[in-house]
Amino acid sequence: MNPVRILIKNGHIIDPSQKIDGVGDILIEEGKIKEIKIQDAGYHPPQSPLSKGGSKGGSSRIVHHASGSDTVDASGLFVFPGLIDMHAHLREPGYEYKETIKTGTLAAVKGGFATVCAMPNTNPVNDNSSVTDFIIRKAVQEGACTVYPIGAITKGQKGDELAEMGIMHSEGCVAFSDDGNPVMSSLVMRRALEYTKAFNVPVISHCEDRNLSEGGVMNEGLLALTLGLKGAPSGAEEIMVDRDIALAELTKGRLHIAHVSTEGSVRMIRDAKKRGINVTAETCPHYFSITEDAVKGYNTNAKVNPPLRTQKDIDAIKQGLKDGTIDVIATDHAPHHKDEKLREYDYAPSGISGLETALSLSLKLVHEGILTMTQLVEKMAVNPAKILRANKGSLRAGSEADVVIVDANKEFKVEAEKFISKGKNTPFEGWVLKGRPVLTICKGRIYE
Amino acid sequence: MKLSSKDLLGIKELSKDEITLILDTASGFKDVLKRDIKKVPALRGKTAVNLFFEPSTRTRTSFELAEKRLSLDVLNLTATTSSVVKGESLIDTVKNVQALGADFMVIRHSSSGAPHLIARHIDASVINGGDGINEHPTQALLDAFTIQEKTGRLEGLKIAIVGDILHSRVAKSNIYLLTKFGAEVRLIGPPTLVPKELEQLGVKVFHDMNSGLENVDVIMVLRIQMERQGKGFFPSTLEYAKNWGLTSERLLRAGQDAIVMHPGPMNRGVEVASDVADGPKSVILEQVTNGLAVRMAVLYLLAGVKE
Repeated sequence: MNPVRILIKNGHIIDPSQKIDGVGDILIEEGKIKEIKIQDAGYHPPQSPLSKGGSKGGSSRIVHHASGSDTVDASGLFVFPGLIDMHAHLREPGYEYKETIKTGTLAAVKGGFATVCAMPNTNPVNDNSSVTDFIIRKAVQEGACTVYPIGAITKGQKGDELAEMGIMHSEGCVAFSDDGNPVMSSLVMRRALEYTKAFNVPVISHCEDRNLSEGGVMNEGLLALTLGLKGAPSGAEEIMVDRDIALAELTKGRLHIAHVSTEGSVRMIRDAKKRGINVTAETCPHYFSITEDAVKGYNTNAKVNPPLRTQKDIDAIKQGLKDGTIDVIATDHAPHHKDEKLREYDYAPSGISGLETALSLSLKLVHEGILTMTQLVEKMAVNPAKILRANKGSLRAGSEADVVIVDANKEFKVEAEKFISKGKNTPFEGWVLKGRPVLTICKGRIYE
Repeated sequence: MKLSSKDLLGIKELSKDEITLILDTASGFKDVLKRDIKKVPALRGKTAVNLFFEPSTRTRTSFELAEKRLSLDVLNLTATTSSVVKGESLIDTVKNVQALGADFMVIRHSSSGAPHLIARHIDASVINGGDGINEHPTQALLDAFTIQEKTGRLEGLKIAIVGDILHSRVAKSNIYLLTKFGAEVRLIGPPTLVPKELEQLGVKVFHDMNSGLENVDVIMVLRIQMERQGKGFFPSTLEYAKNWGLTSERLLRAGQDAIVMHPGPMNRGVEVASDVADGPKSVILEQVTNGLAVRMAVLYLLAGVKE
């Protein structure tokens, strides 16, 4: 049973939506934020949560009171609005052996996410309202957190005919994407960007010129040549980023570029924003954490689309995150069954199980001084909410109580076998990361 | 000296000393092959399985004969006769073969890295018989053996490799081997098939056949795979032959004692003119004979790793 009241005490609260950055308490009542009290501006916590370990070890920080109230001691910890993942694959319906809405959302809350957007490449594809409805019902019944479905742009994600986006939107789809498949026809993409203006929803573009990437399984370059793997050049992504920016300019539609992986894409998006074009963009932790070198030894857990690139791309993406060119950090959580990854590199499916490492890998950017903690929260909660026009990503009084409590200094080792997600496919196995969520609250329900 | 790994996955993974060891051992086996009775009992009682997931005649028969000359029991499995068509995974297939008691598995596969994947999951020695567009190590070893036999060395030689480098596992293995031994390697072919990035491996890229062939000691001609035609890498075999086909006229550019090699099978009149292939500078059939000795050496030395 959910506690009636939750009091989170002495946490370092960061809520960019209200410009809050200070130590204080949050009171939650009946699943909603009741109030936030910030201590005097002059107050300094005994330990800055970012400098030294504030963790109290393994014991629970929750005290249950007989009255049905819980108190959470958050001293030495950060408190953020629950994170929002704009880009995940929950696999249900159709691929329940890879992930289900239940396991995917449990992995999400483990990773600090209170909201997950589910990409439509299920089986059947979420290209009609009955699939949308199924996902929403299933999420309500079995999901640990909020699930927002993303509908397909085209029927069957085939890139030919527009799907019934208006009906899906009224059923609860928050955005549209043929993710995994680019919309190759410029005309169809134009229509999609134009048509969705009626509902004020973003079109999320998986930017890849399939003619140019032609079966590439990793980044094109010397490493691909020496591994004997077919390369997909950066240009295959950039041509589509460029095209879609041109279409966004033409249509004034709402374009969101998914999983930016190259220096050139960052540059083009930056220029487009300068010119006032309505474009937003996301990247994923693997695109700023590891290079194509991770593929060495034919590591199928490092096979992802777009492929892992090079150090100069990582540098550009970090800069793009810092200067605001890239609005969002999403996971592109793509769980696969172990047997599917235990194959010839060419035949293994692309994707990384990302929900349970995303926040920790992103916190690295804060530890490195690339992002402030406020910027991090913007990219993982505030901006996704804005782009999706969701009433989320804020700790404002009256909003649903989605909260994540984070120990920014806790070191831990990534062990895929301990993932809650069914997908154990991570290239970060064995990495020691600093900082992880301690506790996530979704609509007043506590996940520890 | 012994090889350091139970598997031969690629030339990339071998040290210069290991390569020398294989080539020296191959010389011994070449002498055996000249005898009246060509079979030795070296590996009697052991089993080799040739697992070919991609069609091959030359490499498979060469391995098979090399295995038989060493008194191995030999089993040949090809993709069409194995369970692969029933949807069995590669790992399951090789684990089953392992369970039959294979000591050696020679793998030919269209996917780069497949032998590496297999080697991690089974105890048998895995020999890469050609994987995708990655490597074909025994071909490079037999090429090196042939060059050494003909010229007495590898170091300092000017060696031209002509053709579809991008898709050639033979070329890749040769590049790794020859650069390890200090040869000057030149890659010649159209820019679509000879990417400039390869120069980072310490080779020189030429798109003009005549300048590339200037004073070379060895010319390795690669097979132009007909399926590349129509994919936009070059407009036609006719145009390819005109620009990069090895003719007797072009051969004059090369050094006086230059030898001509080809891993086979040849497209006569496309990448190599018939009079060159059959001419006095051609060592193409000797490559085939040497392949046997080199593969015997590899099997023999890998058996020694486990002892």
